[in-house]
Amino acid sequence: MTNGRGLVSIWFFIGVLLFAYGILILSSGVYQYYNPPIHDVVLGNLHAGVWWGAFLLVLGAFYTYQFFPRRNK
Amino acid sequence: MSPTYALLLETVSQKLISLSAVDILVIVLYFCMVLGIGLYLKRYTKTGEDFFLAGREMTQWVAGLSFVAANLGSLELMGWAAAAYQYGILATHWYWIGAIPAMLFLGIVMMPFYYISKTHSVPGYLKLRFGESSRTLAAVSFGLMTVFMSGINMYSMALVMKVILGWDIHFSIWVSSLTVAAYVFLGGLLSAIFNEVLQFFLIWLGAILVSVIGLIETGGWNGMVHRIAANFPGQDYTHLWSTLGSFRDNPMGIHWTGIVLGLGWVISFGYWTTDFLVVQRVLAARDLRSAKMAPIIGASFKMCVPFIVILPGLLGLAVLPIKLVGESQAGTAVHTYNEVLPLMLARYCGPGLLGLGITALIAGFMSGMAGNVSAFATVWTYDIYRALIRKNATDTHYVNMGRWCTVLGVLVSIGTAYLVMQFLSIMDYVQALFSFFIAPLFGTVVLGMLWKRATSAGGFWGLLCGTFSSIGMWAWVKLDPSALRYIALSPYAKDMAENMYRALWSWIICVVVTVVVSLMTRPRPDSALEGLVYGCTVLPSEEHLPMWKRPIFWAVAVAIVFTIMNLIFW
Repeated sequence: MTNGRGLVSIWFFIGVLLFAYGILILSSGVYQYYNPPIHDVVLGNLHAGVWWGAFLLVLGAFYTYQFFPRRNK
Repeated sequence: MSPTYALLLETVSQKLISLSAVDILVIVLYFCMVLGIGLYLKRYTKTGEDFFLAGREMTQWVAGLSFVAANLGSLELMGWAAAAYQYGILATHWYWIGAIPAMLFLGIVMMPFYYISKTHSVPGYLKLRFGESSRTLAAVSFGLMTVFMSGINMYSMALVMKVILGWDIHFSIWVSSLTVAAYVFLGGLLSAIFNEVLQFFLIWLGAILVSVIGLIETGGWNGMVHRIAANFPGQDYTHLWSTLGSFRDNPMGIHWTGIVLGLGWVISFGYWTTDFLVVQRVLAARDLRSAKMAPIIGASFKMCVPFIVILPGLLGLAVLPIKLVGESQAGTAVHTYNEVLPLMLARYCGPGLLGLGITALIAGFMSGMAGNVSAFATVWTYDIYRALIRKNATDTHYVNMGRWCTVLGVLVSIGTAYLVMQFLSIMDYVQALFSFFIAPLFGTVVLGMLWKRATSAGGFWGLLCGTFSSIGMWAWVKLDPSALRYIALSPYAKDMAENMYRALWSWIICVVVTVVVSLMTRPRPDSALEGLVYGCTVLPSEEHLPMWKRPIFWAVAVAIVFTIMNLIFW
């Protein structure tokens, strides 16, 4: 969102949160990849945490960079 | 709804899901972010226009996403996933025919009048068009129902969190509602909209995984359909329209006329075009074109919501090794329909992803509640306090009133939540009360906008008679359940059909009374209706815009996709 009041874009906030979630979920996914839990979820072999975490990380990084406040001034 | 959660609480003694440290961190980060956004935006909300209408500077995308998110409450997510398990794909009607045509109508036909009249609210429009009495009736009803509904949702959400996660019910109520109160108090509608867009993303990113992994497990849509047919032989859960030819052919006990006229016309148009909770988001758009585009953008996303709500319910029918049951059959060893979404989350989501899924549910609850309290604060301040109590105060005074109304609204909601905890039947009554008003209100507003002969007396009496007729029909069926056959026009009609036909009749009564009384009373001159009514208002031309930038182009595109989707799943 852009406006004349110097408001930081909502997309920036979304990017930051998704980036943080990406780090957390990807890290957790990688850990489980090497340390499989005893009672895994259904289709745990797909390692959804790894690819979904990576997706959130990339999406979050893109939004954070694209809508970074100084970059848009 | 009340027995659902009451029994759910009684029957499931252990929590369904255990969260890991990563899951907790994901949830805590979410709370920090929404509060941080509220704190950051406080400095930008100084005037009434800022606080109540977000400065009227939202882009079409922000207004459109917020428009949909305000409606995506957690109960919406869990309730319709449960309905999909119970009724199959028929539940999709509440997202498609029960939303898309109305949203497009709002954007193309009604939005110009809301926007050009510069009203702060839907009751505010009624004041301009029909006078103070109609505004007061609409504002008082809306204000009361909004905070009550908010309380009911809060209680239900806390109950769900207790059942799913084992969280203390008081902890859930106070933490989540005070967080909403804090960020709306600080940043008003601006903060609510910012957070709704954030919540919209989280709802999607947290819930879509269930559908994706579920379809992988079943081998795609066809695999899922075959599994459902094998699990439930002789029942059709995967066709949208083909079973609606008779009340007896589908599990909802409803006829296509009820779906098309009751849901698709009256209830849907009533909710999406006159419920200020959602319309307020569009009024915050920065120009008329954005205001027209916002509902169209919202409609395109709304059309996709079944992929994160209905599909998990259908997948539950296909893959869950246990059969879920209705509330009346719930016992100690079984799960109810309402648990389908949490069960599917637990089935596919490991640490981290589970936290994201639960965050999606919490985000859904908070976006719905923020919508309620911000709309309540606006209607109370502008349509009740300023109109009836203190007319000529300063703008700062009204902003302060709006801020404290936010807190008051949340406290009343919490009070309602505790009241519901003691008397569960209140939940059904309040929800019925809400439905009494929406259908006739749509009749009043749409006649007001499209028929310049409608008079103030016609608008007021039409609204009043429509509302009372709805209450009358509801009481009639409550006292004598067999009366349903007269209201729904069939002895095979079930509860779901009653709401549709009651809404339809009350709308017809409202329209007939409005027309008759209007024709008997003196109309206002055309000059007094400028900016309010079709035929008396010069609408800005869009001819200078290229075709692909015109709202009507995108509305037609969404309508075509909507039609194709209905045909695919016919």
